[in-house]
Amino acid sequence: MTLWLSVIVLLPLAALTVASFEGGLGGFWDAATAPGALASLRVTVTVSAIVAAVNAVLGTLVAWVLVRDRFAGQAVVNALIDLPFALPTIVASIVLLSLYGPGSPVGVQLNATTWGLVVALAFVTLPFVVRSVQPVLIEADREVEEAAASLGATNWTTFRRIVLPTLTPAVLSGTGLAFARAIGEYGSVVLIGGNIPRETQVASQYIQQQIEMDRPANAAAVSVVLLLIAFATLLVLRVLSTRSQRREERAP
Amino acid sequence: MRTSRRTQLVLRTVALGYLIALLAVPIGVILWRAFAPGVGAFVASVSTPAAQAAINLSLLIVAIVVPLNVVFGIVTALALVRGRFRGRGLLQAVVDLPFAVSPIVVGVALIMLWGAGGWFGALDDVGITVIFGLPGMVIATIFVTMPFVVREVEPVLHEIGTEQEQAAATLGATSWQTFWRITLPAIRWGLTYGVVLTVARALGEFGAVIMVSSGFPGISQTLTLLVHARYIDDHNTYGAYAAATLLMGIALVVLLLMTVLDHKRSER
Repeated sequence: MTLWLSVIVLLPLAALTVASFEGGLGGFWDAATAPGALASLRVTVTVSAIVAAVNAVLGTLVAWVLVRDRFAGQAVVNALIDLPFALPTIVASIVLLSLYGPGSPVGVQLNATTWGLVVALAFVTLPFVVRSVQPVLIEADREVEEAAASLGATNWTTFRRIVLPTLTPAVLSGTGLAFARAIGEYGSVVLIGGNIPRETQVASQYIQQQIEMDRPANAAAVSVVLLLIAFATLLVLRVLSTRSQRREERAP
Repeated sequence: MRTSRRTQLVLRTVALGYLIALLAVPIGVILWRAFAPGVGAFVASVSTPAAQAAINLSLLIVAIVVPLNVVFGIVTALALVRGRFRGRGLLQAVVDLPFAVSPIVVGVALIMLWGAGGWFGALDDVGITVIFGLPGMVIATIFVTMPFVVREVEPVLHEIGTEQEQAAATLGATSWQTFWRITLPAIRWGLTYGVVLTVARALGEFGAVIMVSSGFPGISQTLTLLVHARYIDDHNTYGAYAAATLLMGIALVVLLLMTVLDHKRSER
């Protein structure tokens, strides 16, 4: 079993890391900071940050409406949230292109624009924040909210002082997962992103291009950078969640 | 917190508006585009020789990947829950690794290991083509689907504990009998859930597979590669919509199964 996991997961990643340092530390640095590489990383991180922020706000709102509101068809909407996880990423790309691509029936053309990237990534990362906030909202103690209201707090104050602090760890964890997913995403942006170097080319597309141009060392270096960003994000999440858990344990 | 009727309506409108623009309308449009020329055109488009070959290849990959993931997934989950050994924390981290790795990076890493000039590149010299062959696509799919069975079986194993297994052992059952009669029935719903997730991801994987496939129509094209090639290379937009709709139909079935299984699991 250890052998299996090693051959399947660890050895490829080890080979990748070694390949990225084939030209020494200098070679790695040059490959990772080549203008095209840096531009693609900048696009990736910027767009992922925007998408993460959109998710944080609208994902929380969607979770709120699913838990605290009652309307017809709610169960269907709730089931629909998981669809982006079940849908192959390339299908997500095609689906969005059919509405927001060339020949759009509503006249919105996002093909090969930064907004196209944002929409594609928002689509595939939708479930993260919703599904991490939803259970917390269901468990949340509503008596505290009612107490605040009876003491004369406005809705906005109650939300800011009572609800938001309870939700923050879940929102952060969902947002972080969405960000980590967005920086590595390929299938959903490959058709709608346009792959324009320095404008809409994301890091994964740059890596794929370098492999096609037979420059594996460049591809490996940027791959390692992507891995490091993802690991750093997940590490921050881990630290935040242990901290909030500890705070909860200390609370009376 | 009691929101006024107006606030409630505003929040509902914004949330539903977002979901409609992002999910519902695009899916409606693609369904309409796939079926507008008639069901016959749709069927014809997804049953061309290249499409049939793609469906067969995708199913073949699923048929190889699922049994391997079931066996190694159960063994890994058992080791994580029951094992007392050093490096268990490390094993936990390794199991979660595939979720943190971009599919493209998976592809590059596999090329560096198995490709010509890679660590195991010598295999290529003796006639075993991993990269740009079926083995490469299978390995890529295993990489991205590895965590599912482990992560679904693990909590169930935690929950059931070892009492029944110990009772069976005291009554003289061999460890094999205990596994078949006690452990496996107990984890069956968790395992099924893991398998459903594995199948969905295996059919839908694109980034990792496109990196290690030669992508020849009719030979090394999976369903997702077919969608991509029809749109990009053949400018066959309708064909891409139709193939994507077929994949979407599979995804909907998976979603339905997930909901049913979720129900089953919580009943237990």
